[in-house]
Amino acid sequence: MSNLISKYLPLFTDKEVPYTVQARPDTGLYSAKLGIWLFLASEVMLFGGLFSAYIFLRIGAEPGYWPSGLLNVPVGTMNTAILIISSVTVVFAWAALKMRQLGKYRLYMLITILCGAIFLTVKLSYEWPAKFNHFGAFIKKESASKYEAFLGNKHLEATGQSPRWEITGHLLDAPKGSSYAHQAERNAEHFAHETGRHDAVTPAEDDYVIQVDAVNANPSDKDNDRPHFWPRETSTTLAVISAKDVESASVFAPRHSTYFATYFLITGLHGLHVLGGILVFLYLWLPFPGGTGLYKTNPEHLANRVEIAGLFWHFVDLVWIFVFPIFYLL
Amino acid sequence: MSAPHTDHSPHPTQDSSIHDVPANAAEIASHAVEYLKVGAALLVLTGVTVGLSYVDFGSRSMNIVVGMIVATIKAGLVAAIFMHLKGEKITIWRFLVMTGIFAAGLFFLTYLAHSDPISGTFHATH
Repeated sequence: MSNLISKYLPLFTDKEVPYTVQARPDTGLYSAKLGIWLFLASEVMLFGGLFSAYIFLRIGAEPGYWPSGLLNVPVGTMNTAILIISSVTVVFAWAALKMRQLGKYRLYMLITILCGAIFLTVKLSYEWPAKFNHFGAFIKKESASKYEAFLGNKHLEATGQSPRWEITGHLLDAPKGSSYAHQAERNAEHFAHETGRHDAVTPAEDDYVIQVDAVNANPSDKDNDRPHFWPRETSTTLAVISAKDVESASVFAPRHSTYFATYFLITGLHGLHVLGGILVFLYLWLPFPGGTGLYKTNPEHLANRVEIAGLFWHFVDLVWIFVFPIFYLL
Repeated sequence: MSAPHTDHSPHPTQDSSIHDVPANAAEIASHAVEYLKVGAALLVLTGVTVGLSYVDFGSRSMNIVVGMIVATIKAGLVAAIFMHLKGEKITIWRFLVMTGIFAAGLFFLTYLAHSDPISGTFHATH
């Protein structure tokens, strides 16, 4: 066993791994660079598969079933900027090592790690939870006329736009036995506290009561035809929807629609990549033997490690460059 | 470019040349300005992407095309400058050409699934 390990896994032995600094004569590259690019090629196929699933589902979506304007654009823009800044700082960290400036390397790497951490924190503690407390009910087409005041399909048809089948907002009352009953109760308490109104909970047992978003409060207003940069406040208008008229109803979780299924899958996988990058950067930043400890014995090797980790990080940034417009903006 | 060897080694006590600033240090330093410019360009282009998404280009598809063009320019900048593809060795470019071909094949499969060009298979039972 130990023979096998020492033969095939030089990582666990004292044996020198060749071409960590010097270029291999045949490829002209140090080996890790070849390795990371092969890995990134496989990553292109991984994300490529998911992006093509996105395209397939989006093109195949019936008119009115691919939502827009449900994500927080200012927050998404800020997160995009944070990733771009971290891409600059990681390349600065590498350049600092190349110029043998350990202090500057530590500083730029720290900024990079912090940027990654802010990105993830915003995603996990703000963006996603906000979605999980936002509700949408797709109305059956045959019942849509009953809810015209919230859907505005006459206006949309007259102006040549896709129809609207969904009423979104905060759920204040759920049908009996719904798994959203607890969330609805909490939202109803909040609503009563904010507005002083106690009419949110209906005695009927098969009704959804939704405190609707601005777009459903004034669906025929031209101002609501296109999404806005700054998210609009939820209105105080209440929509009472009979469960009989509902095709499907869910919080903004993957089960809500193919839109949110692909959104959470792709941003989730991207988030895991950000987390992976942060962990590697932490390792290279802390005084581990393979991290900053390597600076004493072989600074060029450390610089190469940072370059490799940086290449991965830039790729993660590059994926986000496409994720941001296709989910948040278009 | 000549090697700007300096005496500012962080570990002057070590009797080794590994902490000398390498020969291409000046070149790397000159790149720093370029990295900053590219970073600034990416931030501006992010603003452009957001701004253009609120401009009506006639149809949703047209907006998507415009958005993807800007995103591709941004991705190109990241790949060429931050990922050092500009001036990278031919081996890596060969990998990338193959990756491009396979990725295009993947998207072509999606296109086939959508356009369903072999008639009479999917709809035969209807």
